[in-house]
Amino acid sequence: MLATAAGCYALKLAGLTVPQRLLAHPVTRRFAELVPVALLAALTAAQTFASGQSLYADPSRLAGMGAAVVTLLARAPFLVVVVAAAATAAALRALGAG
Amino acid sequence: MADHAGQAADDATARPVRDGLALGLAVGTSGLAFGAAAVGSGLTVAQACALSLLAYTGASQFALIGAIAAGGGLLAGSASAILLGSRNSLYGLRLASLLRVRGLGRLLAAHGVTDESTAVALAQPGAASARAGFRATFASLYVTWNLATAAGAVGAGRLGSPQSLGLDVVAPAAFLALIWPRLRAGPAERGVGLLGAAIALAATPFCPPGVPVILAAAAALAGALAGRPAGGAAAGGHAPGGQAPGEQAPGEQAPGEQEGESP
Repeated sequence: MLATAAGCYALKLAGLTVPQRLLAHPVTRRFAELVPVALLAALTAAQTFASGQSLYADPSRLAGMGAAVVTLLARAPFLVVVVAAAATAAALRALGAG
Repeated sequence: MADHAGQAADDATARPVRDGLALGLAVGTSGLAFGAAAVGSGLTVAQACALSLLAYTGASQFALIGAIAAGGGLLAGSASAILLGSRNSLYGLRLASLLRVRGLGRLLAAHGVTDESTAVALAQPGAASARAGFRATFASLYVTWNLATAAGAVGAGRLGSPQSLGLDVVAPAAFLALIWPRLRAGPAERGVGLLGAAIALAATPFCPPGVPVILAAAAALAGALAGRPAGGAAAGGHAPGGQAPGEQAPGEQAPGEQEGESP
């Protein structure tokens, strides 16, 4: 955990320290812009459709993610999206769904 | 109140400060979700708070606890968290000329580089207002994010089991909300997102948890090499004064209406 914190900090500092020239390269820049998109999409997919090393979608979790999509389409703020997703899954589980 | 010149100077920094404080408060409250999800994935309250104090990078923190919750190794979790934090380096590249910080100031400012502080700073018309916006966002977000993390971590433990609260959905819903504005930004982003998700799912049965997400970075590389915008967009990138703060601001701030992509 400390390593993660140190690594994240080092990357931030590196950006402020490194010469501006690097930024000029369009491929480097585009790559750094796209990395979060790829990783966050991968994380979303993995945590929705996988548990451990098996592919499996928990119905309540799927419904929660559906609620997230609906609220995002309605341009709801971040916290509303997250709460709607968790509340949907929690409600379905309370009703006895998987 | 005062003469025109004084009022103009006030306005120049008052607006970014107000924007920064408001954004920090709004986004910082999502620390509640992080604190709750962290405890849900097995971290202690102290560990959750330490991550928010020291790592202070929302998406990376969610990635780390996500890998832990999936039973993955700390190494894989840290690797994907750090890879996810690499965008902060890019933000720093763009902020350096605006903030002009040295020595201790730079060490402190580095900790404050986030999606939000960068978005506010780059949205300002000048260096002074950019600095004011950056500082305000950093202060407001740091305080709010850490208090919210502690509250979420303590609260979740008292309320019930993580599953019954739906806390396992918090992290993926947060990830989706975080990339949503980028997915709307253009077909290249959507393509990279879909490819990244496909790579991760395809690799899941064959790799230890956490590793598939790292492999998905290949989608970004493919996107960078293939979907390179032809010439035009990069034309402004050379202004020596570090101007042109408007183009490609990395947050949700950008109005998202980029029609003029003629080849």
